[in-house]
Amino acid sequence: MEVFRKLKQFYWPFKKYFLLSVLFVMVVTGITVIYPIVLQITIDDVVIAGEYQLIPVLSIGFIIIMIIKGLANYLQQYLGDLFGIKSVFILRDALYKKLQRLSFTYYDNARTGDLMSRLTMDVEGFRFFLAAGFRELIRVMVLILISLGVMFYYSVPLALVTMAVMPFLAVVVYRFDKEVHPAFRRIRKSLGRLNTRIQENVTGMNTVKSLSKEDFEINRFTTNNTNYKEVNITTSNIWARYFPLMEFIGNISMVTLLIYGGYLVINGSLQLGELVAFFSLVTYILGPLMHLGFIVNQFSQAKASGERLLEILEAKEDIEEEKHPLVPERIKGHVTFEHVHLTYIAEDDAALKDISFDAPPGKVIGLIGPTGAGKTSITQLITRFYEPDQGRVLVDNKPTSTYSLKWLRKHIGFVLQESFLFSTTIKENIAYGNPDASMEEIIAAAKRAQAHDFIMQMPKGYDTLLGERGMGLSGGQKQRIAIARAILIDPSILVLDDATSAVDMETEFLIQKALKEVMDGRTTFIIAHRISSLKHADEILVLDSGEIVERGTHEELIQQNGPYRRIYDIQYQDRDSVMQAVE
Amino acid sequence: MAKSTTAGAGMKKESPHLNRFYYPLDQAVEKPFNWKQMLRLLKYVKPYSKRLLPAAIVAMLISTMVRLIVPVIIGTWVIDRAISNQDVSLLTYLIILVSVLYLISYVANRYRIKWVNILGQRIIYDLRKNLFSHVQRLSHNFFDKRSAGSILVRILNDVNSLQELFTNGIINLLMDIVMLTGIIIILFALSPPLALAVLVILPIMFLISTKLRRTIRRSWQDVRIQKSRLNSHLNESMQGIRITQSFSQEKENAEFFNGVNEDNYEKERVAMKRSAYFGPFVEMSNAIGTVILISYGAHLIISGNIEIGIFVSFAFYLGMFWEPISRLGQIYNQLLVAMASSERIFEFLDEQPNVEEKKDAKVFEEMKGHIVFDKVQFSYNEDRIALHEISLEMKPGQTVALVGHTGSGKSTIANLISRFYDPTKGKVLIDGHNLRDMRLDSLRTNISVVLQDTFIFSGTILDNIRFGRPEASDEEVFEAAKVVGADDFIRRLAHGYHTEVEERGSILSAGERQLLSFARALLADPRILILDEATASIDTETEVKIQQALRRLLEGRTAIMIAHRLSTIREADNIIVLEHGRLLEQGSHDELMKKKGEYYGLVRSQFEMLDSL
Repeated sequence: MEVFRKLKQFYWPFKKYFLLSVLFVMVVTGITVIYPIVLQITIDDVVIAGEYQLIPVLSIGFIIIMIIKGLANYLQQYLGDLFGIKSVFILRDALYKKLQRLSFTYYDNARTGDLMSRLTMDVEGFRFFLAAGFRELIRVMVLILISLGVMFYYSVPLALVTMAVMPFLAVVVYRFDKEVHPAFRRIRKSLGRLNTRIQENVTGMNTVKSLSKEDFEINRFTTNNTNYKEVNITTSNIWARYFPLMEFIGNISMVTLLIYGGYLVINGSLQLGELVAFFSLVTYILGPLMHLGFIVNQFSQAKASGERLLEILEAKEDIEEEKHPLVPERIKGHVTFEHVHLTYIAEDDAALKDISFDAPPGKVIGLIGPTGAGKTSITQLITRFYEPDQGRVLVDNKPTSTYSLKWLRKHIGFVLQESFLFSTTIKENIAYGNPDASMEEIIAAAKRAQAHDFIMQMPKGYDTLLGERGMGLSGGQKQRIAIARAILIDPSILVLDDATSAVDMETEFLIQKALKEVMDGRTTFIIAHRISSLKHADEILVLDSGEIVERGTHEELIQQNGPYRRIYDIQYQDRDSVMQAVE
Repeated sequence: MAKSTTAGAGMKKESPHLNRFYYPLDQAVEKPFNWKQMLRLLKYVKPYSKRLLPAAIVAMLISTMVRLIVPVIIGTWVIDRAISNQDVSLLTYLIILVSVLYLISYVANRYRIKWVNILGQRIIYDLRKNLFSHVQRLSHNFFDKRSAGSILVRILNDVNSLQELFTNGIINLLMDIVMLTGIIIILFALSPPLALAVLVILPIMFLISTKLRRTIRRSWQDVRIQKSRLNSHLNESMQGIRITQSFSQEKENAEFFNGVNEDNYEKERVAMKRSAYFGPFVEMSNAIGTVILISYGAHLIISGNIEIGIFVSFAFYLGMFWEPISRLGQIYNQLLVAMASSERIFEFLDEQPNVEEKKDAKVFEEMKGHIVFDKVQFSYNEDRIALHEISLEMKPGQTVALVGHTGSGKSTIANLISRFYDPTKGKVLIDGHNLRDMRLDSLRTNISVVLQDTFIFSGTILDNIRFGRPEASDEEVFEAAKVVGADDFIRRLAHGYHTEVEERGSILSAGERQLLSFARALLADPRILILDEATASIDTETEVKIQQALRRLLEGRTAIMIAHRLSTIREADNIIVLEHGRLLEQGSHDELMKKKGEYYGLVRSQFEMLDSL
């Protein structure tokens, strides 16, 4: 119940819908039991006793009651559903806001698929329980209780005899539920594996065809397909074993009713109409009883869903703003690292060890080194996506933690190796960081990023839609849009993280041209593998395993005969021999 | 947005960010009933029409019969004969009879459920297998124009949506028809006038079950469409979270999401409101039936036309009407959905591979790898020619580099050698055989293509390398990995060769993936190697490793390289320079440099470009 208490803020504001819905459920259930009573009166009082003047009263009364029941039924369902969707509406908003705020550290350890399943299945499961589960529980209990009451009112011995089978039914239902839920989980798992298999096959189709492995793939698929079939058949066999059995037990109850009731009618201690009414009443008890396991299971699932949602809602936001953060007029872009250490996961090696450097406004810093050397980590500390374990990261001589996060990040532009564009128009994508930008500003940014020309060649120009079902762009085109996006926020600090590596030479040339234009007057960090991309930097930091192993300008580093020189030699040996041949 | 949105949070002023993302809405899926398609679907039942299907039908008929007969026995025999006449022995006999009938029905039901499900699952299995195998045989142009997601949806979801129809749908359809006609016949046999009166509710029920249900289903369709928009955004927002936080757009996105959330809320509200009508309507029609039964039935009893037992039987049957009618309405809906799904499934099954194998196709005995293009012309679609009458030769063991701008025809040449496409004009020959005359598997097992974006299948590293030749032993896999220099980094992983990897996983860097694909290709030991050189981000040390691995990989094979790095190109035996689908010049690096033609210009301009920065 802890879970439901913690989530109270999302559903309790709408309690009036819930309470009204419960009220109407009571009305509906009460009326349901009236049907057998009407039947009994018709047979015993009208037909057998011959009081025919009751017929019109009975009919009209019945219709009126049924109209009330219809209304109540409509209201209990609609109000219950409203309770569910209104609660889930604010729950979704809260989850989304939370996910927007959670830090990189959280996302490093989270999987999109898992988060998605929480946001869809778990939210949906929770809603269903709010809207229907709880109400259903109340309905079932009330129905059973009232039916039992009426039965005992008619005939205590007959009620006892018909109830005799109930324990058996309860046991069977319990065992069925115990078997069927794991079976359903197996189906879901098997379906998941089948899904993965097909998805991999289709996405990797080029590789499959290149290696001519179609038959191999068909065999692998057949294993999963067979498993899915088998699991389904096993599950339906559980149904086949239990469902007819439950029905049979119910029928036995009917038969006992018939034997004993018939005997009671014959010896005059029961009215015929009462016997007929008993038949209906018994079904009112048997049906819900078979359902009870399902409802209980739903309750435990809703609880599990609630827990998974709470995990998101209560996740720690490890990057917090100070109470009165700095919002300076202008950030100049002076970046200083003072003995900075960074560790991502406690047990792992440090990602950065004792990093110090000073980048005055407008200077260009080059970062080079093998994969995993810590180049990207440095830039992510400037934006405060992570926080250093030791040492200080200063922007304009003040620790990054003293700034308003939004303000700080608004002044830092990022262009990454693989630029992520959103499913919207090119215009919106460029204006992503500055939604208020005018069309002129957007076009100006695109022009500076060398993107304007190819955008204009598209059928809808700046209104061309990107994304899954939108226009496909080449890597270089995406990159230039990402550059325009970074320009438009007019950052004081610019980070180019491997921005040109995933494109071919000609495109790289275009992009480099664009970048040169953009870097002007901004503190720039260039991460690259190609020396040609960063040799004009004011200072180059050569990193390895989180440490700065060499630093200096291109000319200085070449003289040093260190790792930089080695990289230079590998990259330029071709060039020199080719150029000699050319001369 | 409509002003009717009254979601609980209370409305703020309208946000300017409601349209910042755009997710196209799905089309509603509903197709008119189509007999031809239905018959084609039913063909999948045929293999089971000898035993499983008839057995299931018999079991179904038995259980239905029992359900139909019991109320008559109780009404006309138990009540009218035994109880009314106070005949205890008859009562006993009847009760034994009813018990036996229930027992029979229990057994019949058990087998009905079992067989019906086996039948359905097998049909679905067959259909999916058929579809998957067919898709495997389709050619590149099929995959070119479709997203992976849309293919997945058909093999998985569209086939699954037929599951209900094949398992319960068909048998239930028969059962419900038997049930309904059975009830009607019995009612008329018991009392024609009362039957006529009570059956008034039948059309009302049918109307509710079809018309009302359809509007309800449509509004749920709206919900699904809206929800898929919501989910698309959720998914994208998480994938793009780093960009969002870099540009500090969290608040703006939350405003957008609030809008989508509200649209979703509104659609759900409408659907739920409509659904809530359903139950009351059904009950009202039942109530009408009951009132008719009470007033007219009592009247008939008084006038002596029927006995009380018949009245009771009628009460029982009245309660049994709704279930089959409701299910028939459901089945009708199922059929409409099935039409849409099966249409899409058949669309795939009707696709023909455009690269076809001849019936008498031959097998490469010992391929040497001598490739000849004889005046080959090719176009992907009518308006653009990708290759113009290209003639060229690649000798066994030669390394050939294809050089040119994007769209010059490099990849097309590679695709034609693997016969992923057939030339529009001219011939491609290997060892003197026209590829059109050869068996596809015999051709492709001799060719390995190392793609720029190598796909990593989920599984262990061992499995992934072995994908090149599934029957290879562990030692052969290790050997291949050693030769290309991948062994080092693999052994450094947590579980070595048994480390689990996956496509989206971050365990492997771009360079490591490259080495893995080299090992895969080496293990396959092809005669011809086609290599699309990666432009991905690889640090210089790894790149040196890759270059070394490449040399080992190329030894003794005909290799076609779509090359970007000058160092690779220089080492090629033959360099083919392409532009707009035409062959401009070819020769070795030194020859071409001396010639001072296109290639010379290309090399020079690349350096100048970089130097000019």
